[in-house]
Amino acid sequence: MSIQQAPAPDTYVKQESEPVKNYLNAEHTVASWLLTKDHKRIAVLYLISITFFFIIGGVAASLIRAELTSPHGRLFTNDSYNKLFSAHGIIMVFFFLVPSIPATIGNFIIPLMIGAKDLAFPRLNLLSWYLYTIAGGIALTAMIMGGVDTGWTFYTPYSSVYSNGQVVMTLIAVFIAGFSSIATGINFIVTIHKMRAPGLTWFRLPLFIWAHYATSVIIVLGTPVVAITLALVAVERVFPIGIFNPAQGGDPILFQHMFWFYSHPAVYIMILPSMGIISEVIANGSRKRIFGYELVAFSSLAIAGFGFLVWGHHMFVTGESVYLAMVFSLISFLVAVPSAIKVFNWTATIYKGNVTLHAPMMYALGFIGLFTIGGLTGLFLASLAVDVHLNMTYFVVAHFHYVMVGGAIFGFMAGLHFWWPKITGRLYNELWAKIAAGIIFLGFNLTFFPQFVLGYLGMPRRYHYYPPEFQAWNILSTAGASVLGVGYLIPAVYLSLSLIYGKKASANPWNAVGLEWQTASPPPTENFEDIPIVTWEAYDYTMLPDVESDLDYSSLENEGSVSGVPAGGVK
Amino acid sequence: MNYPFLPDRASDFADKMDPVFYILLGLTVLFTVLVLSFIFVLALRYRRGQNVNRKNPRHHNALLEMTWSVIPLILGLGVFVMAAIPYASVYHPPKNAIEIFVVGKRWMWHIQHANGARENNTLHIPVGKPIQLTMISQDVNHGFYVPAFRVKRDALPGRYNTMWFTPTKIGKFHLFCTEYCGTNHSEMIGSVYVQSPMDYAAWLANAGQEVEARHQSLETLGEVLYTQLACGTCHDKDGLGRGPTLTSLYGSKVMKKDGTSTIADDTYIRNSIFNPSDDIAAGYQQVMPSYKDQLTEEQILQVIAYIKSLNGSPPGARHLPNPGMSGTTGQKKSTGHGSISAPTQPAAAKTAEPSQQKKSGVDTMAPTDTLTAPKEATTAGKRI
Repeated sequence: MSIQQAPAPDTYVKQESEPVKNYLNAEHTVASWLLTKDHKRIAVLYLISITFFFIIGGVAASLIRAELTSPHGRLFTNDSYNKLFSAHGIIMVFFFLVPSIPATIGNFIIPLMIGAKDLAFPRLNLLSWYLYTIAGGIALTAMIMGGVDTGWTFYTPYSSVYSNGQVVMTLIAVFIAGFSSIATGINFIVTIHKMRAPGLTWFRLPLFIWAHYATSVIIVLGTPVVAITLALVAVERVFPIGIFNPAQGGDPILFQHMFWFYSHPAVYIMILPSMGIISEVIANGSRKRIFGYELVAFSSLAIAGFGFLVWGHHMFVTGESVYLAMVFSLISFLVAVPSAIKVFNWTATIYKGNVTLHAPMMYALGFIGLFTIGGLTGLFLASLAVDVHLNMTYFVVAHFHYVMVGGAIFGFMAGLHFWWPKITGRLYNELWAKIAAGIIFLGFNLTFFPQFVLGYLGMPRRYHYYPPEFQAWNILSTAGASVLGVGYLIPAVYLSLSLIYGKKASANPWNAVGLEWQTASPPPTENFEDIPIVTWEAYDYTMLPDVESDLDYSSLENEGSVSGVPAGGVK
Repeated sequence: MNYPFLPDRASDFADKMDPVFYILLGLTVLFTVLVLSFIFVLALRYRRGQNVNRKNPRHHNALLEMTWSVIPLILGLGVFVMAAIPYASVYHPPKNAIEIFVVGKRWMWHIQHANGARENNTLHIPVGKPIQLTMISQDVNHGFYVPAFRVKRDALPGRYNTMWFTPTKIGKFHLFCTEYCGTNHSEMIGSVYVQSPMDYAAWLANAGQEVEARHQSLETLGEVLYTQLACGTCHDKDGLGRGPTLTSLYGSKVMKKDGTSTIADDTYIRNSIFNPSDDIAAGYQQVMPSYKDQLTEEQILQVIAYIKSLNGSPPGARHLPNPGMSGTTGQKKSTGHGSISAPTQPAAAKTAEPSQQKKSGVDTMAPTDTLTAPKEATTAGKRI
């Protein structure tokens, strides 16, 4: 075998006296975490924070589903229900989905993937986490002080004049969270431009990097718009200045234009990083280069570009100009093309591959199926006449959960499992991971598929009283949500346990290509002892021997057999 | 309890929209099954350890990739056109449509028929006749949605939106508010009763039995307001007063002081009453105060109906829009366009007191308030 071994990946052999230094055991003080400039530690801080917010948002979701088992709204008052779905939306969108993949997995993996020692602006990265934490704290304070009942969309003039919840405080929280996004976006753009390892040309970049590049462009261009929009809502609420309130000469539709100018592209902020993960995992699971690499890379940029030109499809029933509506509808159909290209190319990658159905691969294949449904149901809402019926119904709720949960969260879970050994240095229980992936897939479909039917029947969203003939579908959906909830708890358990009891991971447990697998698991603080020089194309699995991954456990018996990619190349 | 899988289909718009929906559904099922089967078959066939031919794996194929880019594009464009045609027709109501006025307010639907019949959270319409709804909100955004008709349009504050449809089935159907509007949003629901023409005529003539109806037409009610508020002091019949005459105003072209012109449609007249300094007619001074706090949205609709009647038709005669009346036909068109172009209300309204804007309007649902002189008490609702 002409492959070099990874440099002493871990201390599996016990007789070594001193543990190898890595980013986790380099320092142990609290200050060394809270004042760290290491992108890996900041990613871990982010991972803990977003998990916390995911739990809060998830609890709100469970309460919503519990309430909807009855058509008479027996558990909560109207105001409490309105505050619940607002809290669920605001926390899940601004404090979980937007930062989820970029700030955790992206933050950790991007420098490793491009052979850099850190992001371009380590202090900005730390500031980003602090902004996020402060924003989250303010949002929670607002919830405790009474909450908001505006929905996550903050439509005017309800939010700016009529609502009497903690609107301004919540707006400030989202405003600050926006700057944390912008900081991350700028950091990624500069890092990807300036800090790639020698030889790592643009078309040798993993597709994960392309996806994050496209995401960062959206973040940097879009987030300032929503920040100023929400600031204007706060201004109208506090001062006697008419901006969106028609009674003061404002225009409520102006708010919707400005809000969706960011918030539709925000959907792509959530889904594009996920698509990047899927490309990595499918390539590894099939042991093959992604089919049509260039087209998949450009489709990320195309989605980012078109994504800025479709916001009006949220407003087809506001009475906007019929010609404007047609343009927005047409461009929305065009976005479907790059999305379809990705799905077809991932599927084609499996052809003549050497497929291992490990847990990340199961999530990735689940992603393709659910994203296909989520994307195609988006076309119903892009179709003008059909949208007139479905807009603002549960069909929309089902559609965006297929994209957000079936897409973004499945991608997040795939990535979390794929890079868990790299992040923690431990292997999780593969069997439980596969069982959980199956349960989450089933629970997810059982939760959200009935909502498509409810939407076509005409059940409006944000209703907790509804006609009794909708009850059966709602109970089915709630039953699914219970399964989904159990599905989420299982990974929480086995991933936590793996930190203590998990087998130690080698540098390259998946036998994957990519620079992040050349360094130890967990990586040393400076990532690489020597900056690698890249002489190979992305996903060149032909240069690796076809050995089983760590997760077959048999290979652990002779630990050294699993190895990293040669720095010098094999060919 | 019956748990339906499909909604009622009870309008011509539903007949036009449902086929597009089912075509999309077919394409969705087709592509989902296609992708999932490929994944399933390929992942099983090329599992690790399977002894299959893996020689010459392809990493790209321009023709193949072009094919699966172009086919979805063509299918997408086809669906786009099919869905755009019925949508665009909503912007062009037929001239013989029965016009009904809808005011959304937290948390009820208030409906006014042309003959003055009024109802809350119910809408009575005849089967087989085109119905045009002109809607506005008194407070926040609302959405008027009848699933069985597949129609929905937002009722927004400060501008008129219109939609039209022809009900095709007699029955009772759900009416929902779909734009989130605060505390009791999910209770802002009602029923649409589609009746046979005979039943409808009987209901209309006799509406007082089940709803709060007035046997006075909108024009008459508007004339009462016109007299009470002494509009005629300035806007007299001969144009000799301090303001321009309202005779034959509706649907005409108004020259403005700044040299531009506009068509006097519902939105223009409403804005001129609420924000008089926005558009000043050429040759006149800005002396009119705002009536924003003295007229509800229902009353404005009545005043507009009266102004329309000044185009030559005797008050009370206009139960159905008459195509022969220039004002009415103009109104049809301009209302349609009014829903497209937002009334721009620049600087003028900035002087308004913020506290006055925080009215909820919840108290104005009492049906009698539109007949009496405007009272502060009726509009000074509490901020919810």
